[in-house]
Amino acid sequence: MSTIALNTSSAIGNAAAADAGAPVRIAVRNLNFYYGDFRSLKDISLDFYDRQVTALIGPSGCGKSTLLRTFNRIYSLYPEQRADGQILLDGQNVLSPSIDVNELRARVGMVFQKPTPFPMSIYDNIAFGIKLYERLPKSELDGRIEEALRKAALWDEAKDKLRQSGMSLSGGQQQRLCIARTIAQRPEVILLDEPTSALDPISTGKIEELIEQLRSEFTIVIVTHNMQQAARISQFTAFMYLGELVEFGPTTKMFMNPTKKQTQDYITGRFG
Amino acid sequence: MDTALQTRAPARSTPAPAPWGRVRRSRHVADRALKIVCTLFTILGATVLGWILLMLLVEGIGGLSPAVFTETTPGPGSQGGGIANALVGSLILTVLGIVVATPVGVLAGTYLAEYGKSSKLAEVIRFVNDILLAAPSILIGLFVYMLMVQPMGGYSGWAGGVALAIIAVPVIVRTTEDMLRLVPGSLREAGAALGAPMSTVIIKISWKAARAGMVTGVLLATARIAGETAPLLFTALNNNFWFNPTLMGGVSNLPVMIYQFALSPYENWRELAWAGALIITMSILALSVVARLLLRKDKVR
Repeated sequence: MSTIALNTSSAIGNAAAADAGAPVRIAVRNLNFYYGDFRSLKDISLDFYDRQVTALIGPSGCGKSTLLRTFNRIYSLYPEQRADGQILLDGQNVLSPSIDVNELRARVGMVFQKPTPFPMSIYDNIAFGIKLYERLPKSELDGRIEEALRKAALWDEAKDKLRQSGMSLSGGQQQRLCIARTIAQRPEVILLDEPTSALDPISTGKIEELIEQLRSEFTIVIVTHNMQQAARISQFTAFMYLGELVEFGPTTKMFMNPTKKQTQDYITGRFG
Repeated sequence: MDTALQTRAPARSTPAPAPWGRVRRSRHVADRALKIVCTLFTILGATVLGWILLMLLVEGIGGLSPAVFTETTPGPGSQGGGIANALVGSLILTVLGIVVATPVGVLAGTYLAEYGKSSKLAEVIRFVNDILLAAPSILIGLFVYMLMVQPMGGYSGWAGGVALAIIAVPVIVRTTEDMLRLVPGSLREAGAALGAPMSTVIIKISWKAARAGMVTGVLLATARIAGETAPLLFTALNNNFWFNPTLMGGVSNLPVMIYQFALSPYENWRELAWAGALIITMSILALSVVARLLLRKDKVR
């Protein structure tokens, strides 16, 4: 147990410290979520800060992915799922019916657990997202695609095969393609749902580096099962359990000196 | 009694099991028996199919000649002749049928897989579609007779095409739905997460991912209707002439031609029936092979 705690704390040094002065980008207020009759999120209130990485951790089924999936209302694809409460993006409630979900999703991008390249070329994968909102001349589109691939650290590997199928890439490359596709839309917030759990350690390392770089431009929320990963890459951490928010704070504090005993137990691997 | 005792105190009473020979003989026998029976019945099925093809080749090749492809079907008692009118007629009827059936089938299959899913309406449509899939094709011929032939005052290629389309639709609906259901939901979510409306997700992502399977479904439906006889008996009928360009009045076609000529007392008619049967079988075989190649190519990619 103590070795785990030691490893975790030594890993914290890698990420930049939390910026206490960063403005709030997303404010969650009294959020409840229901799968049919089952209430899976209970009165969540939580702030996410601008250009900071916030990690959502907790045991399986605690509601962290569910919480993430409310930010872009992707849950609304499934009629039996619903949310009430408020999620304020720059002060505007994104759960309000007057918000156009497609516009919302351009502002709040999402990358999934399993890489999801579309069955088309690498180029078209990225162009797909851009073309939904903008009509660009080809030269400008080319530029945007290169920019996205560079930011996703995939340009050097992909520049000679932009016309090849996105499926022909390795798992880690596919995940970076999905990140490129998301940032090509120039969102403000990026949601990452266990983006490395299907990847090998080297690909994971590359994605983590990438997240660190993207932080300068985007507000990032990441769900992760990997405690070390949360410690390495996030500035803030929220610990959830059974649909409730147990504790939220700067990652350093959460891992070194949590307030709640439950958080301490989970972080040191005593349960979950 | 004995076993209960053993489980309670295994260390005391049981001798160590023999390292080999613990599998009962009967299991080996059953294992081998199932393998032999399965193999035998596979061979039986393949033999029947091979036999049919062989018979077609033996009987049909003799009847093949350039005249078969250039001359019209001969009248009773006249010598020689070909089946050019039936070939072209069949081609037109099949194309007509598939052109009508493809949009209906693909869109209905898309509704079931993407919109209806497990709703009541979708379940009902699925059930009705399965019934249509199994409906006797003569019934569909009679239905179209009532629907089109009677009101239009005569047999026509249009009625034949519609009858064939009704046979093809359920096949296309089924394969389209099955293929779209194989597209992982995560791909749709990823599309939606980029802000694509559902129509864009379906057209640009789901259809694209399921493309090879859907095309295969259409090709298999084409193969299916190319050989249908019963629905044409009451709709396109058949005759020994080139058909009217408006497709009104009967349209000669291979399946009905084979049916009528094979039963005839004239030697040259029977020979042409064999030749027609060979041509139609080879065309269907070719379509099926193309369909399979398409599917395989997509899997490799």
